[in-house]
Amino acid sequence: MNKILVIDYNAGNVDSVIKAVKIFNSNVIFSKNLADLDNCSKIILPGQGTYDVAIKELKENGLYEKIIYKTNKENIPILGICLGMQILSSFGYENNLKTTGLNLIPGKVIKLKDNPSKLPHIGWTSVKFVKTDKIFKDIDSEKDFYFIHSYKYIALDKKNTIASSFYNENFSSIVKYENVYGVQFHPEKSLGNGLKLIENFLNL
Amino acid sequence: MKIRIIPTVLFNKSNCVKGKQFKSWRVCGNITQVIKLYSLRQVDEIIFIDISANKNSINFRLIDEFADECFMPITVGGGVKSLYDIEKLLKVGADRVCLNSSFFYKPEILDQAIKHFGSQCLVLSIDYKKILDKNYVFVDCGETNTKLDLEEYLKKAIDYNPGEIILTSIENDGMMNGYDHKTIYEVNEKFSQNFIISGGMSCSKDIAKIHGKTKIKAYSMSSIFHYTENTPLSIKEELKELGLEVRI
Repeated sequence: MNKILVIDYNAGNVDSVIKAVKIFNSNVIFSKNLADLDNCSKIILPGQGTYDVAIKELKENGLYEKIIYKTNKENIPILGICLGMQILSSFGYENNLKTTGLNLIPGKVIKLKDNPSKLPHIGWTSVKFVKTDKIFKDIDSEKDFYFIHSYKYIALDKKNTIASSFYNENFSSIVKYENVYGVQFHPEKSLGNGLKLIENFLNL
Repeated sequence: MKIRIIPTVLFNKSNCVKGKQFKSWRVCGNITQVIKLYSLRQVDEIIFIDISANKNSINFRLIDEFADECFMPITVGGGVKSLYDIEKLLKVGADRVCLNSSFFYKPEILDQAIKHFGSQCLVLSIDYKKILDKNYVFVDCGETNTKLDLEEYLKKAIDYNPGEIILTSIENDGMMNGYDHKTIYEVNEKFSQNFIISGGMSCSKDIAKIHGKTKIKAYSMSSIFHYTENTPLSIKEELKELGLEVRI
């Protein structure tokens, strides 16, 4: 029951996410099996790729409805990383398509401003905490985390943005609603502070 | 936007190697040891290129092993020829995959890969050499002259919109005499893509010089860390003293 489930939906580099979780909890499974969703205590949605392809994958496997059920009805904590964060939104606009997301934190995902700096936003950028939260335990505000993305999450309710960053414009780097967390950066690739954030999520 | 200092680790089997102008390769350590050192020094990211994979095949198992040691972003390249290669590299722990010769021989692979995996995880690497004052693109680890002009090639490449382009001067590579400023300034004037520049870095001033005149934020280097006392951290500390924004 204490299993940490990393969702397998062909979402790029997941090895490093699994490896990072394993530092703190050896009971990690990487699966797209619906039965594994039944007995896990935390869900991690990794992510790289494109919004529409990711949602399509989740729907084909029946994971889409099940993830919504587990997070909304059973209040299982979920952490979306990068694209995994973006698909927590209501809609995404990537590849010139409007795609319905998981709608776990109402909002939409659109392209970042692309000037003066070019997209994608790649590199280490400061993350400023704008709310207090358990997931920030022992991490200072305005530390650098590793980002690689071209799209941004606009939460419908501003209160759901708990950390923000800047690249051509301000954008939400962490969104949260009750048991649902989404981080735009890659904590598994952000050395000490990133691993700490993963540990804090596992301790929720 | 902070400057990124990105060591390039060239490898052949499990040996870390380094040459001069893509020739006279020397072994300079075991790849796992080199990674451990970079991890300790909190390096921003690493580019790994298998220099033998173009002729042989990609050693996924080795990459799987060393990717496990990296809690920082890594780009992996060398011998990437298909969507299957890209998918498999992402699966074994690459954050981004680097294409070089395959884009010359089969440009559609970049387009397909971007549609499938997103442009942020594709990096295009371009090697060039100056012949009679003109820059030509070389592929196959510098062995084949495509006879294509660098700027023309860049124009075509940018139409595909890769996440980033690594630009390496073959002549400057391994010489530790500074980057190819002239070409970099020209490219920076004409193109607004994200570039990682590579080849010839000898000290932090080489970076400061280019940074002062261009929009370039990503700098790769190799020999300086193999053959001198410098570390990624010492370079960043020097850059900070010069007033540049870095992650320490």
